[in-house]
Amino acid sequence: MIDRKPNPKAWLLLLPMLALVAFNAVLPLMTVVNYSVQETFGDNVFFWSGVEWFRQVLLSDRFHQSLLRQIIFSAAILAIEIPLGVLIAITMPRRGIGVAFCLVLMALPLLIPWNVVGAMWNILALPDIGLLGRAVNGLGVSYNFTQQPLAAWITCVVMDVWHWTSLVVLLSYAGLCAIPQPYYQAAKIDGASRWAVFRYIELPKMKHVLTIAILLRFMDSFMIYTEPFVLTGGGPGNTTTFLSIDLVKIALGQFDLGTAAAMSLIYFLIILLLCWVFYTVITRKGQQ
Amino acid sequence: MDLSWMAWTGPTAAFFLAVALALAGMVVWELKRPGGAPRRGVLGIVTTRGDRLFISLLGSAYIHLAWLGLVGPNLWWALLISAAYTFCVFRWA
Repeated sequence: MIDRKPNPKAWLLLLPMLALVAFNAVLPLMTVVNYSVQETFGDNVFFWSGVEWFRQVLLSDRFHQSLLRQIIFSAAILAIEIPLGVLIAITMPRRGIGVAFCLVLMALPLLIPWNVVGAMWNILALPDIGLLGRAVNGLGVSYNFTQQPLAAWITCVVMDVWHWTSLVVLLSYAGLCAIPQPYYQAAKIDGASRWAVFRYIELPKMKHVLTIAILLRFMDSFMIYTEPFVLTGGGPGNTTTFLSIDLVKIALGQFDLGTAAAMSLIYFLIILLLCWVFYTVITRKGQQ
Repeated sequence: MDLSWMAWTGPTAAFFLAVALALAGMVVWELKRPGGAPRRGVLGIVTTRGDRLFISLLGSAYIHLAWLGLVGPNLWWALLISAAYTFCVFRWA
């Protein structure tokens, strides 16, 4: 008989991982905490400032506005990407040569690096030389994302939708393919409409993957930096300055390391809370 | 080893020491009573001891931020409220 007594020495195998996490996560986080309560002018000289930076960030209109922009952005892309992704997944073929073609086509945007996506959309949407920018202006609609806040917002949202709807499509498609055929046969016998099939068979069966899709997209969009930074640089003005862009501006642009550290920690706490809520929702669904 | 780049201060060192001690305490607790004591409390979700510590720490951070933003920089009251909150989480959550 095999002896299955737990071997405490197995914990030693975790040491390399722990060392790695310590160097790339724990020590930097500790440093950020240390910076958040001090003022520095460089050269490793620090002055104690207590919780002043936290108070400044919490009470600053600038932070409130970036947070609001971030929430609106995440809500907007979720409101578009989730229904659109489900719709595309439903219309995709389930068998035949079209399956591989559609899957590859859907996976393509996901393979493109963030900064390339930003640069692509920047060139595409430029009002004077970009294909999209010229076409929209040619239709008689005034469109210039470098000067009009609404145009900048629409371009950012459309760019994200273009880049990430595929993820929702692929997850939803996997969920749809996992539904056993007898469900559809039973619906056909009962004379169910297409809407009824979607509402009472497909949607409940996709609930789990859709939860994961919503969580992934929300978290990712809440931390978005590269694409809007390359596309608009946070402008025009501050209209597309999301939280992470604002953070980098404070830390590297203004070199206010104390304020930036305090803001990072508040941002981190928001993300941590959301992660925990999402993790709890997913594991609860798993238990059910 | 030169750690001056980490800009350590007494209070932040004490904070991390307290977190490390709490984690060490949890390890000792787990060794004495293994299994994590999962239960379904007032939050309506199954929580283990570790979950309850996490909820306590995260909640305490928010209590401190709320106090700082809404009341003022004297955080001793926030610490007191956090201690009461932690007790409640470990007792009923």
